[in-house]
Amino acid sequence: MIDVMTANYAAAHAARLARVGVIAAYPITPQSSISEKLAEMDVKGELHGKYILVESEHSAMSLLIGASYTGARTFTATSSHGLALMHEMLFWAVGARRPVVMAIASRAMGPPWNIWGDHMDVISERDTGWLQFFCENNQETLDTILMAYRISEDRSVMLPSMAIEDGFILSHTYEAVDLPSQDEVDDFLPPFNPEWKVDFDDPRRFGGMTMPEWWSEFRVRIAIDNENSRKKIVEVDKEFERKFGRSYGGLIEFYNCDDADVALVLAGSAVGTAKHISDKMREKGKKVGVVKIKSLRPFPADELKKLNDMVPVVGVFDRSYTFGYGGALFSEVKNGMYVPGGGLLMKDYVGGLGGKDFTPKNMEFVFEDLLRMRKEGKVDRMVEWINIKDGTGRW
Amino acid sequence: MPKFTIPTEEYMRKGHSACPGCGTPLALRYALKALGPRTILNFPAGCGGVIQGVWPFFALKVPVVDNAFECTAAVANGIRAGFDVTGMKDAYVVGWSGDGGTVDIGIQALSATVDRNADIIYVMLDNEAYMNTGIQRSGCTPIGAWTTTTPVAGDKGWNTTPKKRIMDMMVPNGIVYGATVNVAYPEDFIARFREAKDIKGTKFMHVLAPCTPGWRIDPKQSIEIARLATQTGTFPLYKVERGKYSLTKEIKKRKPMEEYLKLQGRFRHLPMEALQEIQEQVDAEYAMLLKKVKDTNE
Repeated sequence: MIDVMTANYAAAHAARLARVGVIAAYPITPQSSISEKLAEMDVKGELHGKYILVESEHSAMSLLIGASYTGARTFTATSSHGLALMHEMLFWAVGARRPVVMAIASRAMGPPWNIWGDHMDVISERDTGWLQFFCENNQETLDTILMAYRISEDRSVMLPSMAIEDGFILSHTYEAVDLPSQDEVDDFLPPFNPEWKVDFDDPRRFGGMTMPEWWSEFRVRIAIDNENSRKKIVEVDKEFERKFGRSYGGLIEFYNCDDADVALVLAGSAVGTAKHISDKMREKGKKVGVVKIKSLRPFPADELKKLNDMVPVVGVFDRSYTFGYGGALFSEVKNGMYVPGGGLLMKDYVGGLGGKDFTPKNMEFVFEDLLRMRKEGKVDRMVEWINIKDGTGRW
Repeated sequence: MPKFTIPTEEYMRKGHSACPGCGTPLALRYALKALGPRTILNFPAGCGGVIQGVWPFFALKVPVVDNAFECTAAVANGIRAGFDVTGMKDAYVVGWSGDGGTVDIGIQALSATVDRNADIIYVMLDNEAYMNTGIQRSGCTPIGAWTTTTPVAGDKGWNTTPKKRIMDMMVPNGIVYGATVNVAYPEDFIARFREAKDIKGTKFMHVLAPCTPGWRIDPKQSIEIARLATQTGTFPLYKVERGKYSLTKEIKKRKPMEEYLKLQGRFRHLPMEALQEIQEQVDAEYAMLLKKVKDTNE
């Protein structure tokens, strides 16, 4: 059924369709309409589990970790400072191997206060061990949450997932979304059935103290299973396509890249703008490609390495910035693409921070800049902030 | 045949790593004797979790979930919610935290869990400081006590902030049942947990348990000192059922605080005037308790 809804409502519908057992949430802009929609569904009796209003994001994640130990499927949603407050429990969910799924309406980190979208919040959680999936549009937000349960709860993975939709740009923008039926989702997503859970007939301890002698052995299992998730992500994407007719390429999507002269790597809603501009520029004979990072963790480094043979100039668009180094996605892409003797020309474009518009015109500027560098055969500078009023932010 | 009033079942194995004279394993054993095998405990960082052993060893015969420091109540609430939706019945969920994990860093999650009246038993194992990390002051450290963060230099430096009156916060917060229990009174301890276990909603158990290195006491005097805490009235035993206070251990003639304090190295530095002030404060708080008993039973 095609309906018109925001990404936040799409996320709430996904939680409903996934028959989540326990939901715990705390309001924060721009996530709040997910928790409001879920409350509305709850009062109408449309949810299949319990919806608990907590006093903080920290408690939301803590409560869900407790619930997940009993074998309940769990969901929450947050943004920005709420995600930062959860930080400790994000590590806990990973170490405890609880496959919580969380929607993030991504937003800038203050101060100064800013409620609008950028990726600083989710970028800052790269090291926790969560699987992190960016969404380009509202349909993808719904689909990603359904796929995330399949991936996270798989016994070869057992790690939590974030489905990231850009604050306001997606969270509050209405788009047509194909809403699957409960039967269709039930056919795709079986009930959560973990190998280990609380059992009074076989009492065990979960998360107790481990000495240095065994600590690394627990950590390496997380590393291995995070690697395992790559295969699972691709498998689940293919199965999703068979059942629902939509695919997101697994970890990464190459768009207009086959014969491209330059390519731009990016994540989130700006991918849509980039694809649109790429199509338009191709009509004028300008061969520009787009690489969409669907999965930030695990990071598609092997897939990106292919770009070395495809295009000589690669740009990265960053919706966040790691002070003292550069755009976070830029450093990820650089590392991922590295091959000895590669010698690619690369440049980082920082823009769209804290809800600043990143327009089709800005996108066209980026592609033209990349084409210019290809022609000149050199990179003029490493980092360029787009749309800064006094023109600073170039080095 | 002697008549045993304390169940003989044990849910804690030998070989745990508590110090000699520690009150915590007694508290765990008594609580589990009252609650039985269909009990799940969740612990934050602290001795309660540590003494059960290091992986793969485990001294309890009931399931345990470990949690971060400030979220014991939220995790217990989550376990209960999970049981509710997965159809697990007849199970007791116990969030078991220390005093610092409760009155300091855990107060927010605890207060909201009481608001929701989650069906859990919350245990505050009170040994009056952060003992597991090395005897640092907590919100439950009494006035006059030495800790490593309230060191003593001559005639100053000991803890000067009053012990937080957590029950006085929990009762208006809305707990359905609250009780103070002391490892020196095992029958009363077990009776209170038995009373609490089948009441629906959030129950709050304030457990006094001595810490031998933290209180600087002789391990063999541990129970004697814990008993003096109640006999002096600094840790009176009482319960609160839906706002109604009652004493569960009547103390006809309270012993002087000096008897309790002088056995503990953590109070050894106190001058006479400070002892007098502590005595006056205990007298005042005990009178307040008796007034609450009277007022809520009229």
